[in-house]
Amino acid sequence: MGRRTSLVRRPSRRSRFEAGVKALLFAAAAVSVAVTLAIIFSLVKETIAFFGDVSVGDYLFGTKWTPQFAGDQQSFGVIPLVWGTFYLTFIGLVVAVPVGILSGIYLAEFAPRRIRKIVKPVLELLAGVPTIVFGYFALTFFTPEVLRNFLGLGVNQFNALSAGIILGILVVPTIATLVEDAMSAVPQSLREGAAGLGANKVQTAIRVVFPAALSGVVAALVLGASRAVGETVIILIAGGQQANLSLNLYESYQSMAAYIAATARGDIPTGSIEYETIFIVGMTLFVLTLVLNLISIRLVRKYRQVYE
Amino acid sequence: MTGAQIAARASRHTSLHRSGGADRIFSIAFGTLMLGAIGISVLALLTLLFDVARDGISHLSWDFLTSFPSRIIPSNSGIESAIYGTLYLMVVCAAIVVPLGIATAIYLEEYANRERWWNRAIEVNIQNLAAVPSVVYGILGLAFIVRGPLDLGRVVLAGGITLALLVLPVVIIVSREAIRSVPPSIREGSLALGATQWQTIWKQVLPGSIAGIATGIILALSRAIGETAPLLVIGAAVNPRFNPDGLFSSFTALPIQIFTWTQDKDREFVDLAAAAILVMMVLLLLMNSVAIFLRNRYEQKW
Repeated sequence: MGRRTSLVRRPSRRSRFEAGVKALLFAAAAVSVAVTLAIIFSLVKETIAFFGDVSVGDYLFGTKWTPQFAGDQQSFGVIPLVWGTFYLTFIGLVVAVPVGILSGIYLAEFAPRRIRKIVKPVLELLAGVPTIVFGYFALTFFTPEVLRNFLGLGVNQFNALSAGIILGILVVPTIATLVEDAMSAVPQSLREGAAGLGANKVQTAIRVVFPAALSGVVAALVLGASRAVGETVIILIAGGQQANLSLNLYESYQSMAAYIAATARGDIPTGSIEYETIFIVGMTLFVLTLVLNLISIRLVRKYRQVYE
Repeated sequence: MTGAQIAARASRHTSLHRSGGADRIFSIAFGTLMLGAIGISVLALLTLLFDVARDGISHLSWDFLTSFPSRIIPSNSGIESAIYGTLYLMVVCAAIVVPLGIATAIYLEEYANRERWWNRAIEVNIQNLAAVPSVVYGILGLAFIVRGPLDLGRVVLAGGITLALLVLPVVIIVSREAIRSVPPSIREGSLALGATQWQTIWKQVLPGSIAGIATGIILALSRAIGETAPLLVIGAAVNPRFNPDGLFSSFTALPIQIFTWTQDKDREFVDLAAAAILVMMVLLLLMNSVAIFLRNRYEQKW
């Protein structure tokens, strides 16, 4: 009888150790989920508190954002902030989309090795420059020297044009690299087929490879847009801190992210309405970038499926 | 005429017919556009470096590195407290993100069964976290770490944790790639010799991928160094005239000091921001050189 029970193996020390390691590693992986939950928890808690003071309609459809004022002047319409965010992002993309896509096509299809060796590090460096440096550049060089002196535009010290264009430059490496990846993933046989039919290199790149990589290119653009939407410091420094609902490129604007950074300072009293606005605006920004990111993940998965 | 000659003539004919005119002009125009696009990035980087160097270089001195910021006199101002703050933050950030990031990457690459929904959820979650704007991490830091559940106050530890959470997805993603580049045959060989899974990972997989992982960690830390928004939100100190003396001391950091100076009305203070940017860029350049060195020196070719 004793022998028979010994056939049922009890876990050895070694296998218990292995299981323990696995559990520990899983716990580490679970931390990232906990981070997401903590973000959502923080945002939701104060968002609910905020809607106890301000109605949802006033927030979503109000066209005046003046939480710093008192009494009747105080208003919590988020539209100017959302508008500022989108307007600056739009200006940025007007720069970044053509520049990024053309750079990506060049790197994937045309660049000779020697030029690639220079251009890739330049893009990597540009991507590694902290955004505060771009902000400094926009404020002290691009606005006064390029826009005012060189082009003779009558822009304010803080303006949408400068912040938007520099925002675009910031996003160029993201778009260029992702477009390059997407186009490099297109199988060589498509290029050979096009060449066999008599297409030249440019025709092959534009009419065959680019369309084949389109979902990846769109994913690159969405991710670029998401970066621009979430960017804080460039706009805080060069775009100004004034919520604005207009089209004037020369005026100052405020984005959602810049509002948060401008308002949240260490000493803001917990529970005040200003404290709550940080979270409701943060919630809006979080949801917006989440949606953009999910779209881009979807698109990337699509082009991977086609060619792998 | 042989068939080949006919074909050659025919193709010459059509190609003459085609490449003359519009297509050719279009090709040249498109080539110019592409070069122009590349030129914009190069030009932007060069002007940016030129501008910062021009404004900042005359303010760089040993005194600048070893003085505290002054609110009144630019020439007495320095970045000692900012340098110490940044170093403290990086130590805390690295201490958290290195074990956490590598452990997560090992779990996802070596243990996780992708058929299980919770493992897929972890993966999608990390992808999403990588795209959350940094200012939102600042909100998390403010509401969860500085106040709320952890209630640490505006101290080095809180700043370091916030930055660590911010760069965690980067470390995980890069480490996973490094681990994935170790070929399965290495693992199979080790397991066949009787090693357990963890022994295989510890003795074979990690040594084989450590160069890639280290590169990723350095790049993540260099991103953390330049982050301004989250530290602004959690409330770093403005112009402190003291160095942090531990994890529970208030702090500033290089990007915060730079931001403070760019907001000043006095142009001389703004130039100090450029000088501080130069110091920060040199720091980043050093870190990136180390990363490139590690990658070239220790990267395994399988």
